[in-house]
Amino acid sequence: MNSHTQVLAANSSHENWIPLLEMAVREVFELMLGCQLTAPAEGAETTPEFTAMVGLAGQLCGLLSIRCNGKAAALMTSKMLGVDLDKVGPEVSDALGEVCNMAAGNFKNKIAGLAEGCMLSPPTVVTGSDYTLHSLSDSPAIEVRLLFEGMLIVITLQINS
Amino acid sequence: MAFRQIQLMPIRALIIDDSSVMRKIVERSLRQAGIDLAPVLEAGNGAEALVVLQENQVDLILCDVNMPVMDGLEFIKQLPGVPNAKDVPVVMITTEGSESHVVQALSSGARGYIRKPFTPEQVREHVVPVLAGKS
Repeated sequence: MNSHTQVLAANSSHENWIPLLEMAVREVFELMLGCQLTAPAEGAETTPEFTAMVGLAGQLCGLLSIRCNGKAAALMTSKMLGVDLDKVGPEVSDALGEVCNMAAGNFKNKIAGLAEGCMLSPPTVVTGSDYTLHSLSDSPAIEVRLLFEGMLIVITLQINS
Repeated sequence: MAFRQIQLMPIRALIIDDSSVMRKIVERSLRQAGIDLAPVLEAGNGAEALVVLQENQVDLILCDVNMPVMDGLEFIKQLPGVPNAKDVPVVMITTEGSESHVVQALSSGARGYIRKPFTPEQVREHVVPVLAGKS
């Protein structure tokens, strides 16, 4: 694992989740999109035109989000459906939501006890970049940043309990 | 291979998932797994699927677990009430990968269980024995 990761006021057990989160996301892209994610250059940024979110409830409460630009979201859809990029239409949100859903499911299945004790919400996708995400509490978060076909995707797990 | 010898007709499959993208991925994975498919039927949840099955005969059902309106487990429970579908094998495809979910699905009548994310090879491993009546 060689991505740029960030622990945002998370405790040590949460820090141990970073490689698992990264592995979970990498596996989704390898198995379902047929591509390898790579490590970004330090300081790489993106304009998050698409944000997919899946809530977690139970033994782990929180929110997993995946942010990327529109071109990355369209290319993911193209690869998932096996169609040319110019044939991709309104199914982009559906595709990105499924990527987020599979990443969340794959992540919780890698942590002892969470597969049984943690439920996932249906995915929600926000389009546009001019928004602020407010959490109920001053919650910690872990973040994984990876490159998909040269474009940055940011995966954040906000942890409420 | 035994499966190729017994598959004389294209398989009539019903894919149930609230994500249209995931329905397409499952269909593509079945084809990539070497399964000869007739035109595939689709439904967005268990209730829609029961309606589809009233009017169509299928050989195989692939079903998500978590869906709005009627989830996959409730769909399996109601399937015996559909005369021309009560013996059709159901394979669950879901992100919920815990042992209890697998046990619950299998005890409800599912014949197979595939965890997302998956490869066409994994689809083949789980679906071919079901179609061959070995699971």
